[in-house]
Amino acid sequence: MSETLVRTTVNGRPVEARIPNRMLLVEFLRDRLGLTGTKVSCGMQVCGACTVFVDERPVSSCGVLACDIDGADVVTVEGLATDDGLTPVQQAFVDCSALQCGFCTPGFVMMCTALLRKTPNPTEEQVAHHLEGNLCRCTGYEPIVEAVMHAAESMSSAESGTRHD
Amino acid sequence: MTERRIVGRSVPRTDAVAKVTGAAVYAVDVVMPDMLHAKVVRSDRAHARIRGVAKDAALAVPGVLAVVTGGDLTGLFPRFGHIVADHAILAIDKVRYYGEPVALVIATDPLIARDAVPLVEVDYEELPAVMDVSAALAADAPVLHEDDYSDVPDADTPPGGNMSRTPVKVTSSHPNVAHESQKGWGDVDVAFTDAHRIVETTVHHPMLYAYAMEPYNAVARFVEGTLEVVSTAQHPFMVASDLARVFSLPLSHVRVSVPYVGGGYGSKSYTKVEPLTAVGSWAVGGRPVKLVLDVEEAIYTTRADSADIVVRSAFAADGSILARDFEITLDTGAYADNSPLVLDKAVNRCFGPYRIPNLRVRGKAVYTSTSPASSYRGFGAFQGNLAGETNIDQAAEQLGIDPAEIRRRNLVHRGERLIPGNRAMDADLVDDLDLLVAELDAGSSGEGRLRGTGFGCAATDAGAVPSSTALVKLLSDGSVLVLTGSSELGQGSRTVLAQIAAEELGVGMERVRVLQSDTATTVFERTTGASRTTTLSGLAVQRACRDVIERVCLAARDVWTDAAGPIEVRDGTVHGPGGRSMSLAEAVQGWFGPGGGEILGQGVVRRTGELAELPPFWEIGMVGVSLEIDPDTGVIEVDQLVTVADVGCAINPTLVEGQDLGAATQGLGGTITEHLVYDGIQIANANMVEYRVPRITDRPRRFRSLIVERADGPGPYGAKGVGEGARNPVPGAVAAAVARAVGVWPDTLPLNPERVWRLIQRAKSTGTASPGSHGSDSGPQ
Repeated sequence: MSETLVRTTVNGRPVEARIPNRMLLVEFLRDRLGLTGTKVSCGMQVCGACTVFVDERPVSSCGVLACDIDGADVVTVEGLATDDGLTPVQQAFVDCSALQCGFCTPGFVMMCTALLRKTPNPTEEQVAHHLEGNLCRCTGYEPIVEAVMHAAESMSSAESGTRHD
Repeated sequence: MTERRIVGRSVPRTDAVAKVTGAAVYAVDVVMPDMLHAKVVRSDRAHARIRGVAKDAALAVPGVLAVVTGGDLTGLFPRFGHIVADHAILAIDKVRYYGEPVALVIATDPLIARDAVPLVEVDYEELPAVMDVSAALAADAPVLHEDDYSDVPDADTPPGGNMSRTPVKVTSSHPNVAHESQKGWGDVDVAFTDAHRIVETTVHHPMLYAYAMEPYNAVARFVEGTLEVVSTAQHPFMVASDLARVFSLPLSHVRVSVPYVGGGYGSKSYTKVEPLTAVGSWAVGGRPVKLVLDVEEAIYTTRADSADIVVRSAFAADGSILARDFEITLDTGAYADNSPLVLDKAVNRCFGPYRIPNLRVRGKAVYTSTSPASSYRGFGAFQGNLAGETNIDQAAEQLGIDPAEIRRRNLVHRGERLIPGNRAMDADLVDDLDLLVAELDAGSSGEGRLRGTGFGCAATDAGAVPSSTALVKLLSDGSVLVLTGSSELGQGSRTVLAQIAAEELGVGMERVRVLQSDTATTVFERTTGASRTTTLSGLAVQRACRDVIERVCLAARDVWTDAAGPIEVRDGTVHGPGGRSMSLAEAVQGWFGPGGGEILGQGVVRRTGELAELPPFWEIGMVGVSLEIDPDTGVIEVDQLVTVADVGCAINPTLVEGQDLGAATQGLGGTITEHLVYDGIQIANANMVEYRVPRITDRPRRFRSLIVERADGPGPYGAKGVGEGARNPVPGAVAAAVARAVGVWPDTLPLNPERVWRLIQRAKSTGTASPGSHGSDSGPQ
């Protein structure tokens, strides 16, 4: 198997590894780095469970070769929460019970985080449009939409709070 | 009624933080030291004799350790199956469907194993296949199972002796019939001659895929003579029993544990990939072997039975049902799995929660050369309900009676027996229906759009057989461990069982931890399914907590050597005579002395007393939808979805709503977009691009779950189950709404755009909306 030397940053940590050329990014993250928060479901880029950030853009890690992330900055669901606690999106998923089995949740959390960075106050239509590529088989989606609206609200009120200080 | 602190409140899920941070561990995340990886060589024939398997080329690949076939399993019992042990772990002599496991390649790396799979050469002698029910039942049809599978080692074990047994007595009059089932009473033929009106309905329900997002997977190893398996099983205790039979091990030497499960919905009931993974480990000297299926393989592992159902009902002029006659045919696929029970349930559930003086139901589950069918949320119910409820709606239309009114006239009342010998109805169905109908509205129609509303009723024999246990440990600091064999599939059992324990013992939620589903370290639970957990496992937990309290009081009496008079535990504190009190921790520490200890309480639920009659409770399903259809494209948009959650007591109302919305959404998928399509011997759409489940943009614009609490369930605080109920009436409700919108009754699911568009064209060409017109459309999907 031909291999490639890859130097990348994963969740802020530099990583250097020789990996088979055909290895998928999700296999590299899960099997080599032990970052199992990223899940594989459909295996063909339609369910969104494997969503991670590559250079701040959400991508399906089941559809990217690991050797192609050389020099990139990768963030997985494990890289979101800080010592201060959950991110507003994560907290909103908890508060709104926007999950059941949780297998799709890391992908949704990543995708919603990306949405709110770009569009801090989305409409419900924008939320649905943005999440069209993430499947959830448990919740019926309504609580997820609610969580995103909730997170947007708490982020914007936190921001205005900061300005106050 | 005493004030409750925690029960009845929508406390946050205890697994939520782990699930939003990626910390939650699922079976697919489990790694064992020295672990190998397996990939499955699958049949590319639908029905063929195996003449030989050439392994050499695969074994020559560096990193490949073994290639295992059915012929290699000498000394093992090489099959599984909890009703009929017909399912070879790896094909023996014959393959019976495209996708059947023929060999297992074990390698140091999953990529190496995958490379070696196509190098395993199987020499087949092709046999004629039977790809559908009519081919399977033809007079000269090839026989799929020549064996009667009577060589089961524990066949003589009395019922219940082997836990993997489900009490289904299999009968069959044709070699390709897996099971036949009948139910009935009265004299149907006489009743039909007296009828004011006879209404006949034929429906076809397609094959479905549950799409639990975590595909089937397992890791297995042998440690000191014990087989240890971590898997995605809903029912680990049943899986342990199947594995014990395969390897002739005592149950004490089989350990099946189940971490978080990425969705089940019944599709992970019973044994799936565990024997395959375990024989992999057995073949390499007990080293850990991991097997992870992809979605395509998962689809070929289990699907829901398709159904063809014909129902004739006789009505009096006022809409009263005089008789119903059903004929049900299920396509069960190549192996029985749970389909005999699916059939029994379809037979029990097709006729609805109505007073039926004369009934005849005849059903058969038929083996075909297709992927094996088994459980999926509400099995038997959603297939049968479509037929029964469509028939009632058509009768209402023909008799000129409002569809709610015809149901009110026929719904059984509390205390009436829907089925002789079963539990009397334990719900107020007419009141539930009135709530539903009052909430459902026709909305306002968009320009040029067709609109329709529909609703349906179901009461299903839920809960399965009541046998559950729980162990509650009060630790020396007063915190609590709850041990249960019920699996957390996403339904929220970890949270609800903690709520029950916290409520009973008077401690905070943060002091309670629930450990689940490990056959070696937690305690027995028959199944996680049939909407039973809150009711039955919950009752076991409640009883275990009360046992703890009794023991705490005895301990306190020992500690307070001079306490004459009553001692009780209130709000997490032990109160004794003379106003004295101590904490739960002090009771444990005081009784055991320095070093501390634990007070153990056990809770047992058996089929006795209040739970002697089956089912343990009737699960109510009441769902209404209001739809909009684009007449140019046939696309359905769901405007409003209403469910009634008749749950006795909502221990966590948010989780109850989550079950209803989730179940109904799966129903909408299974009615509007989903179906597995066989093209020749293969499934044409065995992937998540072409098998289309509901997406976020498909969600109903408005959703309301009406929670009804009458404290009339057998579970803790009068609770009864939720989970399947809101799935069952969806197909019938949507079919009725579509019929009312377009003017023609559909008889085949799914109601995808093409099919709906064709119904619209048919209505136009027949000059339409003629009541009772019947749209048969089996054109291309």
